[in-house]
Amino acid sequence: MKGAVSETQPQRERAIPFDIERIREDFPILGKVIKGHPLVYLDSAATTQRPTVVIEAVDRFYREQNANVHRGVHHLSEVATREFDSARVKVQRFLNAAESHEIILTHGVTESINLVAHSYGGKFVGAGDEILLTTMEHHSNIVPWQMLAERTGARVRAIPIDERGEVRLEEYEKMLHPGVKLVGVVHISNALGTINPVRTMIEMAHRHGIPVLVDGAQATPHVKVDVQALDCDFYAFSGHKLCGPTGVGVLYGKTRWLEAMPPFLGGGDMILSVSFEKTTYNALPYKFEAGTPPIASVIGLGAAIDYVNSLGFDRITAYEKDLLDYATATIGAIPGLRIIGTAREKAGVLSFLLDEIHPHDIGTLLDQEGVAVRAGHHCAQPAMKFFGVPATTRASFAFYNTREEIDALANALHKVKQIFSL
Amino acid sequence: MAESSELYQQVILDHNRKPRNFGVLPTANREQMGHNPLCGDELTVYLEMDGETIRDISFQGSGCAISKASASMMTAAVKGKTIAEAETLFEEFHRMVKGEMDPATTDHHLGRLTILAGVREFPARVKCASLSWHTLHAALEGRQEALLVEE
Repeated sequence: MKGAVSETQPQRERAIPFDIERIREDFPILGKVIKGHPLVYLDSAATTQRPTVVIEAVDRFYREQNANVHRGVHHLSEVATREFDSARVKVQRFLNAAESHEIILTHGVTESINLVAHSYGGKFVGAGDEILLTTMEHHSNIVPWQMLAERTGARVRAIPIDERGEVRLEEYEKMLHPGVKLVGVVHISNALGTINPVRTMIEMAHRHGIPVLVDGAQATPHVKVDVQALDCDFYAFSGHKLCGPTGVGVLYGKTRWLEAMPPFLGGGDMILSVSFEKTTYNALPYKFEAGTPPIASVIGLGAAIDYVNSLGFDRITAYEKDLLDYATATIGAIPGLRIIGTAREKAGVLSFLLDEIHPHDIGTLLDQEGVAVRAGHHCAQPAMKFFGVPATTRASFAFYNTREEIDALANALHKVKQIFSL
Repeated sequence: MAESSELYQQVILDHNRKPRNFGVLPTANREQMGHNPLCGDELTVYLEMDGETIRDISFQGSGCAISKASASMMTAAVKGKTIAEAETLFEEFHRMVKGEMDPATTDHHLGRLTILAGVREFPARVKCASLSWHTLHAALEGRQEALLVEE
C-alpha cells in the first residue's frame, strides 16, 4: 500500500514561505467583527475554523453530487461513492495507515472511543481486568471506559501526572502488568497543552502485550501523525478540530484488532446478508459503519486534509511553537497570572488563572473585546482537580493566529484586571 | 448590544469583593446546597425561618462575580420577607434575567436587584445570576437533596 502514496494528491509541501496573511484570507470567518472589534479567535482547541475550500467542498457535494453511497447504480451515487471512498484514502495517507480498511469513519472521537470500549472491551476485558488512563484525559476517554467497567467488573485506574502536567512515566511503568487490557492516552491535552510521549508509552505497554488507544483530537491539526511509526493499536480524531466539518471522525485500528472485534452498531451497510435466522457481517471497514454515513462531512474532511497538507506540517508545527512561546512570554508576564500546564513538550494551548477572578468573568469580559476563549473545566475535571482549581481560562491557537492577536489578548486581560481592581 | 460595563457595574463588583451575609449562619434551621456542574459554582444558602418569615439568611460558596454578587444581593433583599414575598421576588428576578420581563416597563418588587438586569444580554451567564435564587427556592420548599442548576 505504501507504494500507492505517490499516485494522487499533494503530500508534498508547497515550496513557498508560510504566508500568514494569505492563510487568514482562506478563512472567511476570521474577517468578522465582533462587538465592534475584529474577531480574535483563540478557541481552536474547542473547534477550528474552516477554510473556503472545505466550505466549498461541502457546498459542491450538496449542489452537484448528493446521493447515498455504496448503493445506487445511478450516476450521482457513483460520484458520491467515489468522492467518499477517496476521502477515506486521504485519511489513510494522512495517518500513514497501512491499509484503507483500517480507517473507520465515525461521527467523532467520542464515537470512535465508544466503539473501541464497546467492541474491544466487550470481547477482551473481563472482571478484575484493568484499563489505564492518564489523569489528563478528556471525559470522552474516561466515561466510555467507566461504563465498560460497570458492565464487566473491570477497573479503571488513573496514571498520575506531575505539577508540570506531564505523565509520571516511572509510576506508569509500575502500573503495567498482564491484567491491564488497554492503555488510553491523550496525544495532546486539550486542557494543559501537554504533548504526551505516546511513542514511549506505547512501547512500554507493548512490552507487556497491552494495546494502546491514542486520543488524537488535539493532535491532528498541529503535529504530523504516523500511526505505523507510533505503533499505536487505535488512534482517534475528529474532523472539526482539523478544519473539517463537524459530525465526522475517524478511528484507526490495526487490522488484527478490528477483525477480532465484534461490530458496534447494527444496521444497514455493516452486513453482507440478513435473514431472521442468521446475519453475516460485512468486511472491514464497513463492519463498523452501520447506516448512512455523514457523506458531505467525510468529503469535507478530505478537503481539509488536502488543505493542511498543502501548508505543510513542519511549517505548521514550527509556526505554532513560535506563537506559543510568544504567548507564554507575553501572557505569562501579566502580574497575578498563573499558567496551568507547563510541560516541556507543549502544543498551542495556554490555560491560566488571573488573580482571584473567575474564568467565566474573564471569558465574558474578553468577549466584549472580540477575543474568543474558553472558560471552564475543559471536560477534563480530573486534571483540574489535580491542580486544585475548578476551572481555568484557556486560549488555544492554530496556524491562522498571529502575534498581534496574542497582544490583543494581553491588552484585554489588562482591562479585565483594571475592572476588577476598581 | 449591552456593554460589559453594564454587566460589571460598580455595585456588582462591590458585592463580589465584599459579599453581604457571607458565611455559615449559626442560628440557621434550614440549609440548601446548590451546584452548577457546568462551571463548578457551588453555594450553600442558610436560613433561619420563623414560621413563614425569613428571620435571617446567609450564604457561602465559590463562584464567579455574577453569581456571588447575585447571592449577596439576594440575601439583602429577602431578609425579613415572608416565603410568599420571597417566592414572588424569585419569580420576577428569574423572568428579568431571562429577558421575559423588562423591569423598566413592568411593575415589580425587585428594587436594587434590577442592577442585574444586564445579565439578560449574556445568555451564558443567566445561570450564574440565578443559582442562588434557585437554591433559595429549593430551601423554601424544604428540599433535602443538593440542587443541580443547569438551565
